[in-house]
Amino acid sequence: MEFKDYYEVMGVKRDATQDDIKRAYRKLARKYHPDVSKHGDAEARFKEVGEAYEVLKDPEKRTAYDQLGANWKAGQDFNAPPDWDAGFEFSGGGYSGGGFGNGADAGAYSDFFESLFGQGFQSGREGGFHTQGGFHARGSDHHAKVLIDLEDAMNGATRSFSLRVPKVDAQGHVTTSERVLKVNIPKGVKQGQHIRLAGQGNPGMGEGKPGDLYLEIEFNPHSIYRVDGRDVYLDLPIAPWEAALGASIKVPTPAGAVDMKIKPGSANGSKLRLKGRGIPGKPAGDLYVILGIALPAATTDKAKGIYKDMQQALDFNPRARLGV
Amino acid sequence: MATQRNDILTGIIIEEQTRLSLRELCDACAVHVEFITELVDEGVIEPSGIDKSHWYFSGISLQRIRTAKRLQQDLGVNLAGVALALDLIEELQLLRTQLHKLSGPDYD
Repeated sequence: MEFKDYYEVMGVKRDATQDDIKRAYRKLARKYHPDVSKHGDAEARFKEVGEAYEVLKDPEKRTAYDQLGANWKAGQDFNAPPDWDAGFEFSGGGYSGGGFGNGADAGAYSDFFESLFGQGFQSGREGGFHTQGGFHARGSDHHAKVLIDLEDAMNGATRSFSLRVPKVDAQGHVTTSERVLKVNIPKGVKQGQHIRLAGQGNPGMGEGKPGDLYLEIEFNPHSIYRVDGRDVYLDLPIAPWEAALGASIKVPTPAGAVDMKIKPGSANGSKLRLKGRGIPGKPAGDLYVILGIALPAATTDKAKGIYKDMQQALDFNPRARLGV
Repeated sequence: MATQRNDILTGIIIEEQTRLSLRELCDACAVHVEFITELVDEGVIEPSGIDKSHWYFSGISLQRIRTAKRLQQDLGVNLAGVALALDLIEELQLLRTQLHKLSGPDYD
């Protein structure tokens, strides 16, 4: 597995004080918090920073980490030396639960972290009470984000999702198992909405009922459409003569192509609304078509000739309003 | 974990179900009643219903509570700060959506 340089992750020197580390963490956590950040890899960075802080903020873990030596470089192949932590007294502080997502997130730490701190620190999590006589509790609810296509929301669909479920085994190791769920995607579902699957969360204890599973819906980026709520946006290229003279043209919609009239004298960037052609629902969304005038390339003599004719015949100054 | 079966599961869209009870909300977000009460006091979520024992919430509250919980745990923000952050995050998302709508995929 790869060695992780927690000091590098936090951007602090190896002799940084606990206060320095805390300040660095706060800054990075705000920067990469997935609720706030727009960075593509925000969640991964946030977890990495969280893991680094988990070790460096705790003097026991930090001292243990430090004695691995300062010669390791991030990414180097690493195996924890046997008994590397011998002679250290851990109070078993455990994770403070600072990880993003929390709850079902025991698998959030890297293999590197688990190999160093995975065992002695695990006790007390989840394990605690199992079904001893007569204890009943409802299982906890789980959350997962799933990706669907716009077409799934348009028509409704059945999709299979494989979800990784972290588990803590009897020895306190965290493993992830995979389970596959087949789910009906309701027609008309919007980005960011949650589907509740009753009874698909953690099993209950004793006679307690199982928890629920919440699926947060996110759309895969589409090659031609953009989605806002139930409204769908399409950039539609048109020819200059279609814009100038008006035309009836074919327009793709998520539910199939339709004919659309363009008025004579349509400007670049005009927005046309096709009512009810967005994602179905109550009310159904609309399809907005944004016109973009595409210029034919002047690569042949014929095309050049036509452009020259237009130049001579039209006396057209597109910059007249700019006073030049 | 529920036993793995090949059944096709059908759920409900939470945001379109108007009512979530206090109990359901606590379970779904894995928080205590007190946390939700504090968020109500802070104006982060708004319950309907005549009194606390009859409170019910819109499905949108779910997302806000979960985000609030993460902000509080991960960044150590107090509840007033959480309320402010949530408002700003939502405004930011709105602006990003507007921007995304205006600019074609080519300009992303």
